Amino acid sequence: MFSKDFMLSAIIYLLAGVIFGIGLSISGMNDTSIVKGFLDITGEWNYSLAFVMATAIVITTVGYRYLFSKDKPLLASEFNLPKRSEIDKPLVIGSIIFGIGWGLYGFCPGPALASLASLSPYSLAFVISMAAGMFMSKFLKI
Amino acid sequence: MLNAAFGGLLIGSSALMLMFFYGRIAGISDLFYSGLNTMNARKHGTESIIFIFGLMLGSSLYYFIANETFPLPEASFPLAIIAGFLVGFGTRIGRGCTSGHGVCGISRLSLRSLTATIIFIIVGMLTVGIVKHVL
Repeated sequence: MFSKDFMLSAIIYLLAGVIFGIGLSISGMNDTSIVKGFLDITGEWNYSLAFVMATAIVITTVGYRYLFSKDKPLLASEFNLPKRSEIDKPLVIGSIIFGIGWGLYGFCPGPALASLASLSPYSLAFVISMAAGMFMSKFLKI
Repeated sequence: MLNAAFGGLLIGSSALMLMFFYGRIAGISDLFYSGLNTMNARKHGTESIIFIFGLMLGSSLYYFIANETFPLPEASFPLAIIAGFLVGFGTRIGRGCTSGHGVCGISRLSLRSLTATIIFIIVGMLTVGIVKHVL
């Protein structure tokens, strides 16, 4: 029914998702109060998010350096990397809008999606609205 | 802080997996959007949904094993809906979120991603500050 290629990629994506999900939960990033605690520099600053990001960046930077020295990824014909390099208006405006939403509720996309598993109706509302926002962005030219 | 470091290590490892096998940036907003467009076979739409399912599974697994309850977000539909919309809209316009820009982008030394990350962190801090002290 499914091709061998699909089964393999499904397993790899599932595993990558599970590892990412454990990473989010173990580091406290699924907890909106911890994330807001990081963004609240006027209170008792919770810097764990900075620590999570810093560790992830170190691992990924070293790993990418090694991977990019190869011609291509193992199961695809080429590395699919963003080609834009200029800092344009959509980048700045989009990041501002994302920052407002993130600060308001304490969810960025990863934790919001992971927390669907908590069966919280508020997580579900957030994710449905996030999907709507993504589709809406197609119709608005910035 | 040990948990934060270990969590970061896992998130970084997951990002490396997708790059190693498929040459793909592990940006959650991009994976989710690809998943919403499952017809898009080139961007692994179905696999992206499977990744998102893995996120839920991995997080649940941790709370189950650690015998902790899943942390719940603030119980406000208006706030969840407004914030969710802004996060979805903003990450599409800005082409990335905390993982795609903040982790993967900075790791490939992209000035665009560094700029985006600085902006959304500062704006996030301002938002929390304004909500707490002004509103």
